[in-house]
Amino acid sequence: MIAAARTILGKDLRIELRTKESVPAMVLFSITVYVLFHFGLDRDSLDGALAAGVLWVTLLLAAVIGVSRLFAAEREQGGIDGLLLSPVDRTALFVAKAAALFVFLTVVEVVAVPAFGLLLLGPGLGGAFPELLAVLALGNLGVAAVGALVAALAAETRAHELIVPLLLLPLLVPVLIACAQATEPLMRQDAVAEDLGRWLGLLSLYDVVFVLLSVAVFDFLLED
Amino acid sequence: MAAIELERLERRYGERVALGGVSVRVEEGQTLAVLGGNGAGKTTLLRVLAGLLRPHGGTARVLGAALPDERWKLPAQVGYVGHEPLLYRELTGRENLRYHADLHGVPHARVDTVLAEVDIADRADEPVRDLSKGLVQRLAIARAILHDPALLLLDEPRANLDPAAAELVEPIIGRASGRTRVLVSHDVEGALAESDVSLGLRSGRPAPVDAELYR
Repeated sequence: MIAAARTILGKDLRIELRTKESVPAMVLFSITVYVLFHFGLDRDSLDGALAAGVLWVTLLLAAVIGVSRLFAAEREQGGIDGLLLSPVDRTALFVAKAAALFVFLTVVEVVAVPAFGLLLLGPGLGGAFPELLAVLALGNLGVAAVGALVAALAAETRAHELIVPLLLLPLLVPVLIACAQATEPLMRQDAVAEDLGRWLGLLSLYDVVFVLLSVAVFDFLLED
Repeated sequence: MAAIELERLERRYGERVALGGVSVRVEEGQTLAVLGGNGAGKTTLLRVLAGLLRPHGGTARVLGAALPDERWKLPAQVGYVGHEPLLYRELTGRENLRYHADLHGVPHARVDTVLAEVDIADRADEPVRDLSKGLVQRLAIARAILHDPALLLLDEPRANLDPAAAELVEPIIGRASGRTRVLVSHDVEGALAESDVSLGLRSGRPAPVDAELYR
């Protein structure tokens, strides 16, 4: 299963490197939204809850673009049939798609988070950077698990661009709450990691539940 | 031993019956020609036999696997050439075949062998999007036989092939391949000439293979 997942992931990353259809669009979207907030709020710097909310809402909306494109090659080029005609556990497909989305989100954040800091973050991250990395990693894992599930669900529907945000965003509300709450103290002037363990625990629980749920139902999503 | 046994097979799309009352038996090594006009249910039948669609009624046994419960047994034994080549346009032919080889657990050396068999080795490192339809069809055939399947499901396999290419793939997907085959074709005479069993379909129902079949 791991070998098949690695093969599918390698194919997805190679196609993304050649087409550049998902990650550049997600990066551009994120930076554009931060610029809009910069001028729309008419403030040079944000902190606390407002900064955390702007950071995470933007990242989750950018994730919608990645999730919408996650099965594009399969949908447009018959790749799902190709996979179903291979002796591969369908869990491998879920693992590969979730891993691809995780990689896409990480690359986006490498550019978008510094851009956010430059355009909007008043206090700066200072010594709270390791804590922010932990929140980003667990947040990405949750988005990747739910995103792969939603992408598979929408893959064979005609209105997938509509279905993805309608299904994905409500399912990501717990991720948004936990990530924003965990990030908020890190973006205050004093940057203290207050209640971080509690929110990281909640994020971890969410991640475990959705990974297990996705593995359990993924087979049925690909049934005709 | 029968490679394919269908008894009153039925498949619906919503309320519409795409296949109904289809019964046929094909022995190992034989070729079944499936004939009929557009929308007769030929592709649906192939997709059921490949395990891509669930039958909704009757019984279907393919290479000993009862469908749909045992369809997980089929991918290792079935090669499918359909309307879509099932190749990624941004990858080269060789990358596509290596991808499928990895999924099937086939060594990469086999990729070079099948590329040579369909005489496309010199264009194998170009992206599929840059290849002509005929060359893509040759790659699709190479993909289908990569894992040396016992059963070939062929939906107009010679579409887009020039006469020389059609002759080239004959030992691979033709009767000489020795494999059990299900062949969908609009070339009625050609299909009947290379088949042992024939099945006519009209609106998803079995019909005699005669001049009325396409009316």
